[in-house]
Parts: sequence; C-alpha cells; structure tokens
Amino acid sequence: MTFPILSIIVFTPIVAGVIILLLPAERKALIRGVALLASAVALVLSVVAYFAYDIPQGGYQMVQKIPWLPAWGISYHIGVDGLSLPLVLLTGVVMFTGVLISWGVDDRPREFFGFLFILATGVFGVFVSLDLFQLFFFYEIAVFPMYLLIAIWGWQKTREYAAMKLTLYLFIGSVVALVGALAMFFASGLQTFDMLELERAGFSGAFQRIWFPVVFFGFGVLGGLFPFHNWSPDGHVAAPTAVSMFHAGVLMKLGAFAALRVGIMLLPEGAKVHLPWIIFLALVNVVYGALIAMVQTDFKYVIGFSSVSHMGLVMLGFASLSREGYIGSGLQMFSHGVMTALFFAVVGMVYDRAHTRDIPKLGGLARTMPLVAVAFIVGGLVSMGMPGLSGFVAEFPIFLGVWSAQPIVAIIAALGIVVTAAYIMIIVRRVFFGPMPEEQEGHIGDVTPLDKLALGVLSFILIALGVYPAWMAPLVSSGVDSVMRLLGGA
Amino acid sequence: MDFITSHLLSLILFTPTVAAALLILLPRAQPKLLRWVALLASLVPLALSLVAWMRFDMFAGGFQFEELAGWYTSIGSNYHLGVDGLSLPMVLLTTLLTPLCILAAFSIQERVRVFLALFLLLETGMLGVFLSLDLLLFFVFWEVGLVPMYFLINQWGSKNRDYASLKFLIYTMGGSLGLLLAIQMLRLVVGTFDLPVLYERWPSLNQSLFGLPIGTVKTIAFWAFTIAFAIKVPVWPFHTWLPDAHTEAPTAGSMILAGVLLKLGAYGFLRLVLPLFPAQAQAFAWVLALLAVAAIVFGAFASWGQSDFKRLVAYSSVNHMGFVVLGIAAAAWARGTASAADAVIAMNGAVLQMFNHGLSAAGMFFLVGVLYERTHTRELNDFGGLFPLAPIYGGILIFTSMGSLGLPGLGGFVSEFLVVRGSWPIFPLFTAVAMLGLLLTGAYVLKAIQKVLHGAVNTRWKETALEIAPREVIAIAPLMLLMLVIGIWPAWLLNVINAAVSRLFG
Repeated sequence: MTFPILSIIVFTPIVAGVIILLLPAERKALIRGVALLASAVALVLSVVAYFAYDIPQGGYQMVQKIPWLPAWGISYHIGVDGLSLPLVLLTGVVMFTGVLISWGVDDRPREFFGFLFILATGVFGVFVSLDLFQLFFFYEIAVFPMYLLIAIWGWQKTREYAAMKLTLYLFIGSVVALVGALAMFFASGLQTFDMLELERAGFSGAFQRIWFPVVFFGFGVLGGLFPFHNWSPDGHVAAPTAVSMFHAGVLMKLGAFAALRVGIMLLPEGAKVHLPWIIFLALVNVVYGALIAMVQTDFKYVIGFSSVSHMGLVMLGFASLSREGYIGSGLQMFSHGVMTALFFAVVGMVYDRAHTRDIPKLGGLARTMPLVAVAFIVGGLVSMGMPGLSGFVAEFPIFLGVWSAQPIVAIIAALGIVVTAAYIMIIVRRVFFGPMPEEQEGHIGDVTPLDKLALGVLSFILIALGVYPAWMAPLVSSGVDSVMRLLGGA
Repeated sequence: MDFITSHLLSLILFTPTVAAALLILLPRAQPKLLRWVALLASLVPLALSLVAWMRFDMFAGGFQFEELAGWYTSIGSNYHLGVDGLSLPMVLLTTLLTPLCILAAFSIQERVRVFLALFLLLETGMLGVFLSLDLLLFFVFWEVGLVPMYFLINQWGSKNRDYASLKFLIYTMGGSLGLLLAIQMLRLVVGTFDLPVLYERWPSLNQSLFGLPIGTVKTIAFWAFTIAFAIKVPVWPFHTWLPDAHTEAPTAGSMILAGVLLKLGAYGFLRLVLPLFPAQAQAFAWVLALLAVAAIVFGAFASWGQSDFKRLVAYSSVNHMGFVVLGIAAAAWARGTASAADAVIAMNGAVLQMFNHGLSAAGMFFLVGVLYERTHTRELNDFGGLFPLAPIYGGILIFTSMGSLGLPGLGGFVSEFLVVRGSWPIFPLFTAVAMLGLLLTGAYVLKAIQKVLHGAVNTRWKETALEIAPREVIAIAPLMLLMLVIGIWPAWLLNVINAAVSRLFG
C-alpha cells in the first residue's frame, strides 16, 4: 500500500482540531503549539504532494478508493489532478499563515483553532473528492464552522447579521446544488456517486440543459458569482482575520472549483449552452466589483469587493470555454487565494494596531510597519495585474480565452484593471504613506516576527509565480486537458 | 567566459536586479556603502554592453546574442532576447545613464537603500523592453518599469508628487490597456508571441477576423499600439503627464525619465508598430507627422512660457521627441516608395536623436537639480547673474544647453539635421513648420541661460556656495564628452544604426 498522503492531508486538521478541543482551555501556549504543528504538517505534505504529481502522466493521481456506503454507491474516493492540486497547496499555505497571524487571538483560542481546523478539513476534502456525495459532505463541513467563527469571534457591529446572511446564502446554494446532484444520480442510472463514472454517464442534452444552471449557480453562490455575491463582502468584513483569509482565500475557490468539477465537467453539454450568457454575469462581477471597491472607505470592504471582482475573472475564464481561459482560471484561483489572504492579513494587522479601518483615519503606516506596507504593495500590484507578479500570469490567459469567445467582453473587462489600479494606488498612498493622524502617533508599533513570516511566505509565492510561471502553469494545463476532453475540444 | 558570451544579454538585464536584492541585504544605516555598491554594480551592465557593442557585427542581418528559453510555455511565451542596430544603442544609453544617475543621486539622504534598489529595478525594466523579442515579455518589462518609477516620484519627489505620480501611472497604464488587448488579439490570431515569427505572419495575414474585415481589425490594433507608445514618447496631445512627472520627480528620476523612459515609446514604434503594421503606418503617417509637428511647436512655446526652470526643461523634451516622431512618420510614409532613400535618412536621424536627447535631457535635468539642491528654488526669476558666482557650472550649463539646442559640432545638430533632411522631400510642409520650431528651441534655451546666468551679479545667492562639486562634474562629464564626440564624429554610432535601418527600410 502506498503512503496515503492525501488522506493524511485531509484528516490532519480535523484530528488536530479535536485534540485542541480536548486540551484544557487555559493552556493557550500548548493549543497554539499544536495548531502550528498541525498546520505545518499539512503545509509540508501538500508541498510534497504538489511536487510528487507526475505532469506528463496527467489525470487523477494519488487516488484512494474505499467503499463507504456501498449500498447507495457511495465511496470514499479521493485523488488530485492539475486543477485541484494547486488548490490543495493553496489551502495548506493559507492554513499555515492563518495560524501564524492568529497567534494573538486571546479570546477562547481553543475553540477558535478547533473550529478553524474542522473547516480546513472540509476544504481539503472538497478539493480532493472524486465522489459526489463525499464532496457535499466535506462542503457542509467547510461551511458550518464558518458561522460560529464569524458569529463568535467576528467584528462586533455586524457579526451576527453577516454570519446569518452568509450561512443562509451558502446553505441555500448548496441545497440547490444538491438537488442537481441527486438528479444526476437518478438520471445516470449507474447507482453511483462516483464522479469519474458520472463523467461517462452520457446525460441527454435536454437533461444537461435543464440541470446545468441549477448546479452551477448553486455552487456559484460560494464563488461569489453576480448577482449572488452579496453575502461575501459582509462575511469577509465581519470575520476575524484568519477566517477572512480562509474565507476569501480558499472558500470562494471552493465554490468556483465545485462549479467546475460538478457543473461543467459532469454536464459539459449544458455548460456549452449556458456559459455563453453566464459570461456577461461574470463581466458584471469584474467591473461592478471593482467600481464598488473604489468607493468604499472601509479598508476591509475594499478588499471584500475586490474579491468579488477577481472571482469574476475566474468565472470569466470558465465561461470562455477555451483552453487558455481554463488555464487562467486555474492559476487565478491560486493567485487570488494567496493574494487575498495577504490582503486580509494586512488589514487585520492594521486594524489590530490602529483600531480603525476607516481609510481617511489612517496614514503613514509605512514608517512604523514597513514590511506590511511592502507586502500590501506586492498584493496590490498582483491585484491590478502587474506583469512580473502572479496576477498577470493568471489574468492574461483568461483574457486570451475571453477574446476567443467574446472580444467585446474582454475589452470591457480590461477596464476593471484600470479601476483596480486606481483604487489600490489611492489606498497605498492614504494608508501607508502621507501623514499619520495625530492621535495614533506613537501608538502604532511594528508587527511580530510571526506576522512577518506569514507576509513573507505569501508575498514570495506571488512573486515566484509571476516571475517564473513554469512551476505551476504546466500542472494546471494538464488538468485543463481533461476538462477540454469533456467539453469536446470546444 | 563561455557563460558570459552565451548569456551576455541576460547578464546585462539581470545584474541590476541582483544588485538591488544585494542592497536590501546591506545595513540601512550605511548610506555611503550602499551608494558605492549601487554605483559599482551599475557599471557592470555598462561594461557588458560595451562588450556587446564591440562584438556586435553590424553587417550581419537579424538579431544577435539571441537567447531562447521556455518561460510561460503554457500560453506560448518564451524568454527570447536579442539585439539589433536599433536596440543596441538604446541598451548602451540605458546602461550609461544609470551609473550617472546613481552618481547624481548621491545627494539623496532619505531612505537611500530603497531608492537605489528601486532605481536598479527600473534599469532592468527598461533594458528588458529593449532586449525582448517576445511580445509578452516586451509587455511585461514595459509595465514593470512603471512601478519603481511611480514610487521614485511618489516618495522622493517634490511638493506635488502625489498628483504627478498617480497621473503618470494612470496615464501610462491606461495607455497600455489597448496595447495589452491588441497583444492578446495578435496572439489569438497568429498563435505566437515570438516577434520574428509575428513579423513574417501578421502583416501578410489576409482573412476576416471577429466578423470584421482584416483592414479594420488591423487599423484598430494599429491605433491601440500607437496610442500606448504615443503616450510614452509623449506625442502631443498625450503629453500632459510629462511636465508634472518630470517636475516632481527627484533629479535622478527626471534624468532617467527623460533620458530613457521616453525612448521606450519611440522604440515601440520602431520595434513593433512599423514592422507589424506597415500598411497602416503608411496610411496614417501624416497624422503622426502632424502630431509630431504640433509637439515640436507647442512644446517649444510651452517651454518658452515657463518660469519654473525644471518645467522649462520638461517641455523641451516634448519638443525634442517631436523630431524623433517626425522622422519615424516620414520613414513610415516613404517606405517602399521612390523616396525610400530619404526614409532611411530620416530614420537614422530619429534613432540618433533618441540617443542624443537621452544625453542632453539627462544632462539638463541634472544641472537643474544641481542648482535646486543649493537654492531650493526652481523659479527662474529667483536666479539671474549666477555666472560670476559659479563659473564652472555656468560653462557646463551653456555647453549642455547648446547640445540641447542643436548647435553644430554637438550631437543634437547631427540628428536633427538628418531628420529634417530626410523628412523634407517627404513632408515638406510639416518639415518647414518643424524647422520654425527649431528657432523657438533656440529662443527658450537662450531664455533659460539668460535668466539663470546673466544679468547683474545676484546678491541673493552671494553667501550660498553655488559652484558645482567635483562629484557632479564627474557625473556630467561623460554626457558632455559624448555630445561632442557624436557632434564631430557620429560615424561610430550612425554606422550601426544605418545598417539596421537600411535593412528595414532600404
């Protein structure tokens, strides 16, 4: 038997989470130590898995299949391909850095890390699932702890509202998607939830046309697809820093990824019918998200809406139905995940020290926290698609794809880039340069070494992918091959 | 040695980046050490580009010192470098100006480390544009240079820096947007980013695209490229970012901005617009020529009207770069016609003018900076009668101004003469108006000299030590020397340029 590396990645967090919950609440140092150790293990293993994948061979690798409920055709079936593996790595990175910057959480850290880790298992689980039922199982595991994390540790002003809104949106979305999944199960007649078999089920054109939107929009809610994006900025803002990082960095990818895996890959004919108009919704995401981000005065809302805008690019790539578009979307999911985790980490650090997120009330922070300023600038440049950083590497193929589908959409979406550049540069100038408000003078210190490590890791990844995309692009490209095969080379 | 020979361009390109990384590792509290490390590091690319210059075979066609490696192969982009007679002078100009700018920046006291690191990164960005033979790579470097420049202006600039830096960034990024979209469209249609391949396939492409006739698509793409480059040059009426950016930037920033960054735009015309869109360039050459003449005349008038010394010099760049564009437009128009020989002359003049303006504009901004550092004013009316107080400075200023004005015997004359000589048979009216612009050039340069140096001895600055320091003389001496050498014996540079231009337009 080979080393079940994926299973270990998936279950390390939840095991650690349970252990943490069993520890005495007052042993905070021990709790943090266990959390750090577990997240480091998950990160190292996901790095190992990442580089162990054999690209020329392609397809699903590190596969493991164990019957779970054989009577209903449900099995524990996991494996990764070129699209999911970067997301596993992303989750490992965000989890590790999230623990680092949550070192200072002093309010019930035991429960905080416990829930966070349960959530992490859910996320890992979705990315590696090859069984539809199992995918939903992990999906719900990922969503529910979010409610508690926001409602208990969130920003006092809006946390209850935001937690409720987020949970309801996501539950409704997943229920809708689940209905679609059940429809597939019954229509296939294969008596199995195995996605690899369902891919070959040969659903009729009419069936696919009806059920594709159900599944795609169901998951699209979590991906922040317009007009169902409304929960996400509120959720991001209300959540504590590490949760925002997880939420925008990884959870939104969960939606996009599931929409791809279940929606597009299982119902390719339906995708070909509907995505050509969904592309316009994604366009709205990109441009509208950027415009709304520009008029926000709350630092965290700016980032929240920028996520809406950037996830729109992922959806644009999907909707282009072209090879380049999918390569770009695959890279954008990773790049945006790292970038937005970096953003929320920075916002959290600023808020913890200045006790405000109101942009006009901030200023001159580069003097007291230079590294934070540099990290934010790196993230900002990624966000505006500056060449030499990962954002460009991801967005360029998306635009290539969109060109081949709808040239006019590419041209309009490009305007989002200029808007993004404007608001990012304005924020950089207002928050990090310029004069510091008098009442804050002398009260704001630099961040801790752990914070710096987290920011360093995230920035490094963004630069490394931008300068040398060859360590990820071919992998994603191999994953796109199978999507293209299902779409019939469209 | 083998490694150096086979990776010459990569070494030129990335030595500054490595040096920037090295600087960040050095202690911040030792500005002296940082400055010297940066200066010495910037001499390495200069030495290497001199090696390239020596080994360059001007009679061999195509690109030399080529390097090819996979970069972003998933979408078909490669790390493809190479130089020809058009890019090599620009590479030399960049590697020459950078050490001089760093020398000029020795007077910077604030956050020296970051300043120098950004400056070196900027050098890599600019060199990358000149060296790239892959369209995507070209675009990457084209944009990358913006970031350090933005921060140089925004962090080390003078009073109005926030406005100027954001305007610079948004203008240039906005302009590049069309370029980006056009590049994507080209890639989609031709299926490659490789420039030599694109040169062959794209201009001869003859099929309707996106439901539009090919001519329309090409015209749109032509304008997308042209506007991006016209903003950078800048051609009137896209020049309004320039006076602000130049005036607010720190001295070294203005030097490199005028010296090299503006050339990126002109180089874009040479490297991309003319070879990729010969028919469109020919059809719209008159528009470019008209705008160029407008830039020459309005630039000169605007320059004349300034009372801020630095702004005056900034507008003079609009005026001088107008000649570059005029030469390019004339060449585009006459290519393949009976007056192709004139096109070659005009083009030679344009490329040489790029080089010469790089020398004289950098020199002028440097001299403005020298004065500003001592007096903390740039207002021309505050000066006057400085010659007796700073005779050496005065001499240098007059010499450099004459180079900028186009005095025979100095570089500017040769290149402007060639442009005018080449354009005359092609665009007689435009050229005639442009020559009137030359008169105005004389007027504003003399106005500056008069306002600064002449008049009654200035009592206000009597107590100030105005005279130029030895370090500053060393920074400007190479520029003066080159202006003189090119003015007297331009052949060493023109032969290289001419060989390349003749192949393109002969």
